[in-house]
Amino acid sequence: MSPLIQGVLTIIIGVGGCIGYFFASNLILDKVIFPPKGANPGRNINRANMVRPWLFLLPAILALGLYLVYPVIGSFWRSLFNRAGDEFIGLGNYITMFGDDQFRISLFNNFLWVLVVPAAATFFGLLVAQLTDRMKWGNIAKSLIFMPMAISFVGASLIWKFVYANNPDIGMINAVRDFLGMGPVDVLQIPFWNNFFLMVILIWIQTGFAMVILSAALRGIPEETVEAAIIDGANPFQIFFKIKVPQIMGTIVVVWTTITILVLKVFDIVYTMTGGNFGTEILPSYMMSYMFRDDGRATAVAFVIMLIVLPVMIWNIAQARKEMR
Amino acid sequence: MDNIAGTKTSLSWVMNITVVVLVLLWLIPTIGLLVSSFRDRDQISASGWWLSPFPVEQNFSTRASGDNAVQQGDLFVIEGNVYDDEEMAETFGGETPPIAAFGGTRAAPTAFQPGDVAELSRDRTLSVLEDGSYTFTSPAEFSRDPRIYFASETPPEFSLDNYDTVLTSDNMDVAFINTLTVTIPATVIPILIAAFAAYALAWMDFPGRGLLIAAVVGLLVVPLQLALVPLLNLHNQVGIGQSFVGIWLAHTGFGLPLAIYLLRNYMVGLPRDIIESAKVDGATDFQVFVKIVLPLSFPALASFAIFQFLWTWNDLLVAKVFLPSDDASKVMTVKIADDLLGSRGGDWGILATAAFVSIAVPLVVFFTMQRYLVRGLLAGSVK
Repeated sequence: MSPLIQGVLTIIIGVGGCIGYFFASNLILDKVIFPPKGANPGRNINRANMVRPWLFLLPAILALGLYLVYPVIGSFWRSLFNRAGDEFIGLGNYITMFGDDQFRISLFNNFLWVLVVPAAATFFGLLVAQLTDRMKWGNIAKSLIFMPMAISFVGASLIWKFVYANNPDIGMINAVRDFLGMGPVDVLQIPFWNNFFLMVILIWIQTGFAMVILSAALRGIPEETVEAAIIDGANPFQIFFKIKVPQIMGTIVVVWTTITILVLKVFDIVYTMTGGNFGTEILPSYMMSYMFRDDGRATAVAFVIMLIVLPVMIWNIAQARKEMR
Repeated sequence: MDNIAGTKTSLSWVMNITVVVLVLLWLIPTIGLLVSSFRDRDQISASGWWLSPFPVEQNFSTRASGDNAVQQGDLFVIEGNVYDDEEMAETFGGETPPIAAFGGTRAAPTAFQPGDVAELSRDRTLSVLEDGSYTFTSPAEFSRDPRIYFASETPPEFSLDNYDTVLTSDNMDVAFINTLTVTIPATVIPILIAAFAAYALAWMDFPGRGLLIAAVVGLLVVPLQLALVPLLNLHNQVGIGQSFVGIWLAHTGFGLPLAIYLLRNYMVGLPRDIIESAKVDGATDFQVFVKIVLPLSFPALASFAIFQFLWTWNDLLVAKVFLPSDDASKVMTVKIADDLLGSRGGDWGILATAAFVSIAVPLVVFFTMQRYLVRGLLAGSVK
């Protein structure tokens, strides 16, 4: 059976199954289990209404539980076993991993990524958002800068492979160097700095995201505060840094953390650009190099990523709970 | 509002120029890829894409035909034109651009200017004029057809050849269909499941609701990496293995937290009156959901659909792990990252074309539905 037909069938079965499930389960609840008639119609209606939310939630809870909650525990458990998965070795995987140079390099590089990418993307996003705020062609500019969001990390990596190419007739960086009379250089092989050339790709993608959200936040600032500052004689820079930025600080933090989380997950860029060579390995790509080879080690790396993400997760939950109150 | 009398014009100039520079910086890499995808590999490595509208100087070699040699005194002379050669005529499409330089050896193919007389080994001489006509002389008879090397400007050339190659001979067509096959069910199915859950979390009262919402928010950031090994093992145990069914399920699970979160945020904002008056009129929750909430939530559904579509289309990680690695079921991202970069690593034209084929659909979706995408981003982050 061709995958395409299989896909169409899946849509029909999946969508039909979902609708069928929700419809049938509600029908059974109302007509068979707790019918609003007989001895206690009122009590039956109340009971049905107590059960109904769980009918609505059941598929989502099952899917979330199986695909996101179980893996957290499953991965941790698996990381305590050896490569073949038949011998319990406690924290053995973690101990060998921390002794591995490559792991320490990836941890350090990941630290750099987390430091640089969210900061740079937020900075450029804020810059563009502020500059285009009242510009006539601002929307066109924004939509062009936003465009890389639609491009896959693999596609973006290829795009930048052209920019970084060794040959001065292909790569723009080396074309500029050639023009200035300098020899070609492979920027992806310069120790330490090659990490930053990889980060540029993610910054290029994420700036649009930061821009869209910060731009909306800037629009949401009450006009009176800005007007009052103008009347008091503030210059445009003071207005931006002392009036506007403090008012959108909350949004800046949200953007910053969202990009931070993303940075910890993206392995595509390093994988396509350098394959983790030349000292550019980061945790997600380090994990993929063990995937299919040593599940114990791979899950151990994944769990380390989880531990790094954990504070942000807790902070997010706290924020969400505060908002609901 | 920011414009203070007097500072207005100069500042707004600076702002406009800064934005122009930024937009160009952001746009140029993509334009480079697009332009390169229409050029063949020789042209790409002969001149930068930014020079592609101009003629390119490239080196060629042809053979003078020894059969045409005429004895003049004690010299054997071949006269002819480099552009008369069949192969060259085809390369240049009948055009005869001026010769920029020529040479008689592979080591120095462009050592002489047109009109010069090159002294070659074995007392041979070669002279090529700008129009391509050449004179080859030798004291001895020509045993083999001697080679002539020359540099000439080829006109700028753009063609769809790369697209033809990529779409017909590189299995990219299969990969394209596979990507589509992965993407559509993985976009449609989570929407339905999430919509029902979001309605329950937004408009139904039950114990544990706050806890569930907090759990969804927490699950938003769980790294996918954790899920790979345990779920692949699970899929293998239940017999799904690496297959399309497996990747649909995986994408559904991974997309749900964002879907529920976005939709719940949107549904909470719907006017309470409508829903309550419907309930007073005797509508059940199921009816309220299907007849009122679902149609009203269309913008949020569209936002999520676009997100999920872009995410599944662009995904490399999940596809690498949950799909088999044979050619028949590779998606485009895997195809490019694993196959083309390895085997076609040197063929920039093919790489550019493959990349452009894979980003074309998301770009179309992006530019036509940008409004919903922005709305979704705002609902997902600012709230």
